[in-house]
Amino acid sequence: MEEGKVISQLVQESAAAYSIIHEKFGSAISDFDANGTMPFFEVVDTSRWTEIALFMRDHPRLKFNYMACLSGVDYPAEGKLGIVCNFESLTHFHHKLAVKVKCARDGGSLQSVALVWHTANWHEREAYDMFGILFTGHPELKRILCPDDWVGYPLRKDYKVQDQYHGIKVPY
Amino acid sequence: MQELDTAGLGSVRVTRQSDTVVILEKDLATEQMVLAMGPQHPSTHGVLKLECLTDGEVITEAVPYLGYLHRCFEKCCENVDYPAVVPYTDRLDYLAGMNSEFAYAITVEKLLDIEIPRRVEFIRVIVAELNRIASHLVAIGTYGIDLGAFTPFLFCFRDREIILGLLEWASGARMLYNYIWIGGLACDVPADFLKRVKEFVTYFRPKAVELSELLTENEIFVKRTWGIGIMPADVAINYGWSGPMLRGSGVKWDLRRNDPYSIYPELDFKVPVPDGKDSVIGDCLSRHLVRAWEMVESLKIIEQCIDKMPSSEGFNPRSAIPKRIRPKAGEVYGRAENPRGELGFYLESDGKSTKPVRCKARSSCFVNLSAMKDLSKGQLIPDLVAIIGSIDIVLGEVDR
Repeated sequence: MEEGKVISQLVQESAAAYSIIHEKFGSAISDFDANGTMPFFEVVDTSRWTEIALFMRDHPRLKFNYMACLSGVDYPAEGKLGIVCNFESLTHFHHKLAVKVKCARDGGSLQSVALVWHTANWHEREAYDMFGILFTGHPELKRILCPDDWVGYPLRKDYKVQDQYHGIKVPY
Repeated sequence: MQELDTAGLGSVRVTRQSDTVVILEKDLATEQMVLAMGPQHPSTHGVLKLECLTDGEVITEAVPYLGYLHRCFEKCCENVDYPAVVPYTDRLDYLAGMNSEFAYAITVEKLLDIEIPRRVEFIRVIVAELNRIASHLVAIGTYGIDLGAFTPFLFCFRDREIILGLLEWASGARMLYNYIWIGGLACDVPADFLKRVKEFVTYFRPKAVELSELLTENEIFVKRTWGIGIMPADVAINYGWSGPMLRGSGVKWDLRRNDPYSIYPELDFKVPVPDGKDSVIGDCLSRHLVRAWEMVESLKIIEQCIDKMPSSEGFNPRSAIPKRIRPKAGEVYGRAENPRGELGFYLESDGKSTKPVRCKARSSCFVNLSAMKDLSKGQLIPDLVAIIGSIDIVLGEVDR
């Protein structure tokens, strides 16, 4: 029972943080998803993503100064790729919030937040490497874990591995 | 021959012969040189390549190249059931397998919302803290070796061997345990395990002091690390640093305290941060000191756990393990305080499959290493070795 209380308190804190963002950006962001494991909202108007990010980082009552994680995700059913960012405020507040941003699977791109949170730099490179998500405004968008001349994006659901890499047989 | 103060003259070297000044060298072109450090360099602790742009002895830019140890962890996870991911997590941070398993197990348990037997929690914390000491011993020992101190390394590995022996006794493996399962443990600890752990704690207390006498009070070691690679607290947070790296910058942030999980809220331990007396806050020495202090705190935690632990009577370590793991649709981000910082898992379930749709490991070393460019700018080449050592990377976790 006690644990249930703690979780709901976390969701409440996230909801309070969300309402501040919603007040400012209105319909540019989706409704708040108040699930117990990872409360989040989605950025609908992706062209304002960097603006929202800066607002979240600098607003005196939000102070999301710490990006814990940025994961690329493939949504083949929707025909979209996306990122999920987990934010929290270190040393200022207790609230946590997750943000989802999606773009079209073919030819879509997202704004980079690498200059808002330095840590996003490598995370975005990884998302590009694994999913082929293009981040506009990223200081050096290139592959990070796979070799530079690797073909395809391994974590996409429809990924087929290349037969040969520099004369080496790949699938075994 | 005497060299004159040539400040403001550009690149000129002059000498004075009786009353006249003779120019020896003028407009010497200083050329930028690319120095590749690694992938097979001992101080990179694995296969990391640093491409350093150097101007003489000074580094103008160091660019890390990763991926030499990439084993497609996330792709593998999408093809196996939830419990089958546990052995893979061992291979992330192979110096702290127990901690990685712990982080993964609590993440899935959060998604499943299940209750864990109390004794399981205590055993988990004991093995995780033992592994934390073992991991810090490697960090400290190899850091000494990087800076030319060989003896502490041998002392560290001697003591680490005892921990590995204990963990092997409990789980059957020295480093890749597969011991902490989702909802429980593979097996209960052996009969005399707690007694032996207690003996180890008594044995290791004075050894920890001895170790700090050897390294932390060693003049050469301090001179190599004091004031090197300083990272201010706000930049460290912006870079997403966690663990001893963040605490070395003076931020009192420990997930065991600030986002408590398992039984940590019941335990009494301190979160050590440097006070600026022995070191400059945020430098290499601070990070080293935090690790050294943390080992002593871990000993405290282990002792308390042994005292408070419920008895093994009627205890089944597998009682809460679900027969079939198929979480409801949803996402979760769970994390734990690993020796190297925050190890987080982002899991997504579609509610139908017994395999995760997406499993992302947020590696602490990966994030800590991303600040390398800023840390290395304007440093000397030997100091770069000190900086890499202080980050304490495990390439298995960086490359995943």
